[in-house]
Amino acid sequence: MEPFRSVRGGGARVSLAAAEASLLRSLVGQVMSLVEPDDLEGPGPGTGAGPGPDEDAELAALEAMVHAPGADKPPEDPVLARLLPDGYRDDPDAAGEFRRYTEPALRSAKHQAAQEMLDTLPESGGRIQLSQDQALSWLKALNDVRLALGVRLGVTEEFEEQWGQLKPDDPQWSAFEVYAWLGAVQESLVQAMK
Amino acid sequence: MVVSAAPAEVEVPRSADNPVSDKPWVTIVWNDPVNLMSYVTYVFQHVFGYPKKKATKLMLDVHHKGKAVVAAGAREAMERNVEILHGYGLWATVKQDK
Repeated sequence: MEPFRSVRGGGARVSLAAAEASLLRSLVGQVMSLVEPDDLEGPGPGTGAGPGPDEDAELAALEAMVHAPGADKPPEDPVLARLLPDGYRDDPDAAGEFRRYTEPALRSAKHQAAQEMLDTLPESGGRIQLSQDQALSWLKALNDVRLALGVRLGVTEEFEEQWGQLKPDDPQWSAFEVYAWLGAVQESLVQAMK
Repeated sequence: MVVSAAPAEVEVPRSADNPVSDKPWVTIVWNDPVNLMSYVTYVFQHVFGYPKKKATKLMLDVHHKGKAVVAAGAREAMERNVEILHGYGLWATVKQDK
């Protein structure tokens, strides 16, 4: 992959190989299903011309408001607990209250960023140009993928050493390689957005 | 406007009996082994409108000291900050400043 480049007027562009696009799509899709609320209902059947992206966002926000309050305990899965962290430390009551009222909207927001990345990432890769908003969704979705993978791999600040200690035939070796690559992709996008 | 038949809840007045209630609240960001330094700086600039220098200093505080106070003010505003920062994947919490 060539690094992302800035686009005049905001946004970024990149060229991705099909294998890179397909890897990104798969990882983003996995995080997407992870953050999906259990009781999320898809768009109604046969709506024909569906709402545009803006209306989608408004509907999601409205749905989150109308929605019954969410859970008040952190998710048991450590990946999900990192993606949906407590809003208070050392105050379980306040953390529970905060989670009840914010977690459904946070799940929707993460789901939406992932969806926007998938919508702008063709299966076959190729040249991709992102508006500033789309690039922001990519940053968020890429970060969530890195958080998920980082938690699963038990990544610490000494990531390079952790990776270096693995033998190339270790099943985790290639996951570390993917994690490092995702870091480079995200870094390049951040630089292009400055 | 809707009139509720239920009796209104009476707010306990913030008084000398409840002195901590006047203290401002803060948004704290915690260090994390995954988030990129450049990304955290970018988020501080983008979310709070901080100049690059201030955003970079806060990011370095998070990195070296384990955490940093990135904003202070009313509780509701700090909770909104934390919600937004969680959307970016930063590890943020609200705390009453003591």
